[in-house]
Amino acid sequence: MPDGQSLDITITVNGEARTVVVDTRTTLLDALRDRLHLSGTKKGCGLGQCGACTVLLDGRRIVSCLTFAVMAEGKAVTTIEGLAQDGSLHPLQAAFVEHDAFQCGYCTPGQIMSAAGLLSEGRNGTDDEIRDLMSGNICRCGAYTNILAAIRDVLPRESGR
Amino acid sequence: MNPFRYRTAADPDAAIGAALGGATFIAGGTDLIQLMQEGIAAPDLLMDINGIGYSGVASDLDGIRIGALTRLAEVADDPTVRARFPLVREAIESTASGQVRNMATVGGNLLQKTRCLYFRDRAAPCNKRAPGTGCSAFEGQNRINAVLGASAHCIATHPSDLAVALVAADAEVILRGPAGERTVLLESFYRLPEDRPDIETVLEPGELIVGVWLPIAAAARRSRYVKVRDRASFEWALASCAAAIATDGGEVLEARLAVGGVATKPWRLARSEAALVGRPFGPGAIREAAALAAEGAEPRGRNAYKVPLLVATVERTLMELRGAG
Ligand SMILES: Cc1cc2nc3c(=O)[nH]c(=O)nc-3n(C[C@H](O)[C@H](O)[C@H](O)COP(=O)(O)OP(=O)(O)OC[C@H]3O[C@@H](n4cnc5c(N)ncnc54)[C@H](O)[C@@H]3O)c2cc1C
Ligand code: SF4
Ligand code: FES
Ligand code: FES
Repeated sequence: MPDGQSLDITITVNGEARTVVVDTRTTLLDALRDRLHLSGTKKGCGLGQCGACTVLLDGRRIVSCLTFAVMAEGKAVTTIEGLAQDGSLHPLQAAFVEHDAFQCGYCTPGQIMSAAGLLSEGRNGTDDEIRDLMSGNICRCGAYTNILAAIRDVLPRESGR
Repeated sequence: MNPFRYRTAADPDAAIGAALGGATFIAGGTDLIQLMQEGIAAPDLLMDINGIGYSGVASDLDGIRIGALTRLAEVADDPTVRARFPLVREAIESTASGQVRNMATVGGNLLQKTRCLYFRDRAAPCNKRAPGTGCSAFEGQNRINAVLGASAHCIATHPSDLAVALVAADAEVILRGPAGERTVLLESFYRLPEDRPDIETVLEPGELIVGVWLPIAAAARRSRYVKVRDRASFEWALASCAAAIATDGGEVLEARLAVGGVATKPWRLARSEAALVGRPFGPGAIREAAALAAEGAEPRGRNAYKVPLLVATVERTLMELRGAG
């Protein structure tokens, strides 16, 4: 391949430095799934419109389908695989189970990572505000009511941003 | 997607130099990557400008300066923006999703491409994407297209919410090119489509947007942004209105009104503003100002509903602002 079309990148994924060679066209989503074999992050639309591919980049939630892997060089990515610690579920994961906050489960990793972003970014609010903050995550099964209940369980009850 | 080379620029001059040689800037990537995925944009060389500085919000005595590489979420979270420019915060918080707001930059937002269906469909004739091929929207699916500022060559709306709020806040864009910096009123930054809809702004070859300047005088006005769309959240505007009003003893001293979703560029409503100034800020003046918003509107079939929607949106925004005072 001509110079500059494939590059060596190092990304910290779930706390571990990973180096891969990627074609410049590879999205962060495809690098995570196909190159690093972390298939928990899902691909829905590939255009930023569904939220299935949500991950944290340096602690903030993003859609991994709308950024190229080469742009994440030197950054830290957290995926759904990185949430559980020492074999115990993250409180959000436990709350999703507790509240039956999924049906087919396809949107679930994205929903949970998006809610993890609310936590790490310090965002909170009324039920309506949380619905709005979560509107980038589409659930085709319509599990919204239980998703909100699960998130409500984990987010401190206070008004945030 | 076509193969491309990727480089990072360490400073603005390196980015400007590369662009003069044909490189395409990438910032948040949220619009450009969509266009590349759909085969509408096919750059040979991407120049990543995230490392050139110009990120963050800086408050000054006479205004605030927002770096072009600042993420939308950071702008809306900034305490000065929240306290002094509610319309900017409201416009951003109604933009896209939380994820996209963490990625999208201010500069990229102002330069995002239209959502016209045919612009984003490589197979359709479109004067904006392929000059001289014709306008598929003119007689076609034009429910989301413009009723103000259009030409026989293009009726596409400018999709940015933030730009509409910034126009109503008297914002200036700070540009940097091979010859140094210059400043342009945001309202004059955008061109009307006329017979060259492919040329959307006054940006010169190689020029970067490096920032946005909001004068402090604009902060003295009460302000609000209202967005009307097909669903409650995560959708582009069918009509939107940014209003900033200064009153004294119930009388309007100054008014700024701009609308989005209905025009080919963020649209300032000078006649509506004039109808408010010097009069009591009440239903009479508000209704008159709202009616004037649609003056010169040219519906083209499926977007005819936007004319009354525009009037109602302006009226609602002003009534809410009056109620909040
Ligand atoms: C799912 C989805 C929903 C959305 N909904 C909305 C919405 O409701 N309202 C709304 O307003 N927007 C919406 N958007 C659009 C979004 O706001 C823009 O995509 C974003 O702001 C673009 O910024 P960026 O930094 O990602 O730009 P990029 O994609 O990186 O760049 C866009 C363009 O600007 C150029 N560019 C970028 N920065 C500069 C600079 N500093 N100087 C010169 N040129 C530059 C690039 O070359 C490119 O041509 C939505 C986007 C998505 C994906
Ligand atoms: S309205 Fe403009 S962008 Fe849409 S098809 Fe016509 S020329 Fe293209
Ligand atoms: S796959 Fe990324 S938002 Fe749909
Ligand atoms: S659980 Fe099926 S898409 Fe959400």
